[in-house]
Amino acid sequence: MIPEIGQFALVLALFVALVQAIVPLVGAARHDNGLMSVAVPAARVQLLLVGLAFACLAYSFATSDFSVENVAQHSNSRLPLHYRIAATWGSHEGSLLLWTLMLAGWGCAVTLFSRNLPLILRSRVLAVMGVVAVGFLLFLLLTSDPFTRVFPAAAEGADLNPLLQDPGMVIHPPMLYMGYVGFSVAFAFAIAALLGGRLDATWARWSRPWTTVAWCFLTLGIALGSVWAYYELGWGGWWFWDPVENASFMPWLTGTALIHSLAVTEKRGTFRSWTVLLAIVAFSLSLLGTFLVRSGVLVSVHAFATDPARGIFILVFLALVVGGSLALYAARAGAVGGGAGFAPVSRESLLLANNVLLGVAMATVLIGTLFPLVVSALDAGKLSVGPPYFNFLFPIFMAPLVYLMGIGPIAAWRNASLPDLWVRLRWALGVAIVVAALLPFMLGTWMPLTAVGLFLSVWVVGATVVAVRQRFSGMPQRGLIDRITANSPAWYGMLVAHLGIAVFIVGVTLVRGYEIERDVRLAPGESIDVGGYTFTFRGMASAAGPNYDALVGTFDVKRGERVLDQLHPEKRSYRASGQVMTEAAIEPGLLGDRYLSLGEPVTDAGPQGAWGVRIYVKPFVDWIWIGALIMALGGLLAVSDRRYRVAARQRAAVPAGAVAAD
Amino acid sequence: MKPRHRRFMWIGVGLLALAGAAALTLSAFQSNLVFFFSPSQVAAKEAPQGRAFRIGGLVEPGSLTRDANTLTVRFRVTDTAQTIPVVYTGLLPDLFKEGKGVVAQGSLQPDGTFRATEVLAKHDENYMPPEAGKALQDAQRKGGSMQGAAAPQASAR
Repeated sequence: MIPEIGQFALVLALFVALVQAIVPLVGAARHDNGLMSVAVPAARVQLLLVGLAFACLAYSFATSDFSVENVAQHSNSRLPLHYRIAATWGSHEGSLLLWTLMLAGWGCAVTLFSRNLPLILRSRVLAVMGVVAVGFLLFLLLTSDPFTRVFPAAAEGADLNPLLQDPGMVIHPPMLYMGYVGFSVAFAFAIAALLGGRLDATWARWSRPWTTVAWCFLTLGIALGSVWAYYELGWGGWWFWDPVENASFMPWLTGTALIHSLAVTEKRGTFRSWTVLLAIVAFSLSLLGTFLVRSGVLVSVHAFATDPARGIFILVFLALVVGGSLALYAARAGAVGGGAGFAPVSRESLLLANNVLLGVAMATVLIGTLFPLVVSALDAGKLSVGPPYFNFLFPIFMAPLVYLMGIGPIAAWRNASLPDLWVRLRWALGVAIVVAALLPFMLGTWMPLTAVGLFLSVWVVGATVVAVRQRFSGMPQRGLIDRITANSPAWYGMLVAHLGIAVFIVGVTLVRGYEIERDVRLAPGESIDVGGYTFTFRGMASAAGPNYDALVGTFDVKRGERVLDQLHPEKRSYRASGQVMTEAAIEPGLLGDRYLSLGEPVTDAGPQGAWGVRIYVKPFVDWIWIGALIMALGGLLAVSDRRYRVAARQRAAVPAGAVAAD
Repeated sequence: MKPRHRRFMWIGVGLLALAGAAALTLSAFQSNLVFFFSPSQVAAKEAPQGRAFRIGGLVEPGSLTRDANTLTVRFRVTDTAQTIPVVYTGLLPDLFKEGKGVVAQGSLQPDGTFRATEVLAKHDENYMPPEAGKALQDAQRKGGSMQGAAAPQASAR
């Protein structure tokens, strides 16, 4: 019964979404306030219905209702409850339902937090989100129904992929999807602005917080995925340039560009049509990413053959959304207008360079991700693009980006003076060069890439200090506290996010430059020295988990004669599927991780004999994720700025007729 | 210099930089493409000598041997028509099993052995690497019917 209720709720949600998509647009075209105001209740009912459907699916998973095909394929009665619930979004169908739920949630958030927007703009925004919801609900109901029953019911479920039975996997997809779907709000604002032909600084101010929040979630989601890959895949890498990762990274790069371009549009009224284009591209890439990952196109190109309906639906939907919005853009962007001019050296030009570099970086990822798919789809052979391609290109585009990032917050809008910037920044530059020249010697060997990375980190920190001093010295307030509180959270948020980049770069640079990786063969009692630590294999014992059996190794980690820690890597065998999983043991630390994972027994003696063991020493690797966390915190700090809410209220005070004059 | 000229100069510099980025990307792209060959193609000498590429197919049941004192393993990859010996030093992924699909990256040695630098693991054990699946299909289409024993999904045991 419960699954049927869920399915019925989805069908109802589809009708509500149709109403939400069509009626407010008609109302906006006719300036009919009654029709336009349908958007808000429709968006809220939409969330209620999709939420109900999601709850029904979660309930089916929690109660192990194996008469539902989706549950039977992705869960198991011996799976612990929290993983059974997380399994709700472990399948293609469930994750699409989660996507749709997030979309409805963002739509409802728009109705709650944009009360002060002009009615016509809010109605259009919600209608555009309704259009997207219609697409997703149709996709769910026609090709990926999560509630399909099987007769007779399965006696036992096939189990959730053991790789996904992990706390990281419980929160990673929701975070990532919050980010993906969040860009739908920025997209809806852009389309609404194109429809209305009204696109100015106020529009940018309304659109900014939504974009930033979505970006924060995406940042956290990607970082969580990276942490998960680091400890769960057992290879100790934090980024593999895997197509699935790239699919989430492309919207991030575009979203980062969008945030900066929105800043220019808000402050200076420039970059307008470019901002709109970025919003469209960011969301299109989110859609592309979702579908690439979830349709099976990436995993196997033959997915098109096994379920042509799905593949064709995806292509048609993508073509409609991307093609439709780009066509609208082409028709209307001219009317949007340019804005004030600026000098070649100015904050505008620096942010333009930021956008160009991020755009180029995104394009390189796009080429590297899609080209093998295209070649394969054309049956022109099989090939792949290796990580060296990305690892070679990325520093080339990112180093100038980060360098300019130091200058941006200090440069004046419209026209900045180079000699003035030089005077302000020379100390930061000097310190950064000295550190880059000397610090690598103290850490080990001097390598060009390490020096560049350290230079950039110190440069960003130094430039941030300069930016704060410059701002504070020009303030009328007397005391330090007064000066601190007089600045806007948006400004602090920017600086914090930039510092997050610096922390991130330290992590990437040092782990790349000084990590030690050893694959060794160890018998019980044997020791090996890796990176100044002694690892001693004590032995292997058996242990039983809730739904798996494990072999647990014991390794002593010593530095000199001092025992630092004991590591317990596991080799798990999941009972339901028989799948074998490696659980790495990690001793984390701010200055570096010790990482140990088991290969397999390499002698005839079996588990009690010698094992192949992978031992890593990873200096500063945690800084990568701490940096990402700081970036996201910076974003949240920026969103907390009161001016976004105050501005909206002021606009609302303007008579409706002045706003609806499009 | 007039303002108009100056603007043209800046636009020119921008375009040059973009062209440079494009050229750099394409050259990096070209030198990092890794092509895939099936055991049949390798046996037919279609694969390049001395350049890295990928092979894929099934790990031939019973072919896995370990070196006594190191982490070196040897196994054979088959597409049911042809078989290529592979040597690899390091840890094998969890999902590596005899009779299951595998993809390895490396290069061909003069003696016809494939020296793998990387053996690829995937996230799901029922998942057949698409390259490996394709290699099997191709081999069967070409006359693997006499090799009926080894359907792609058949387990080793």
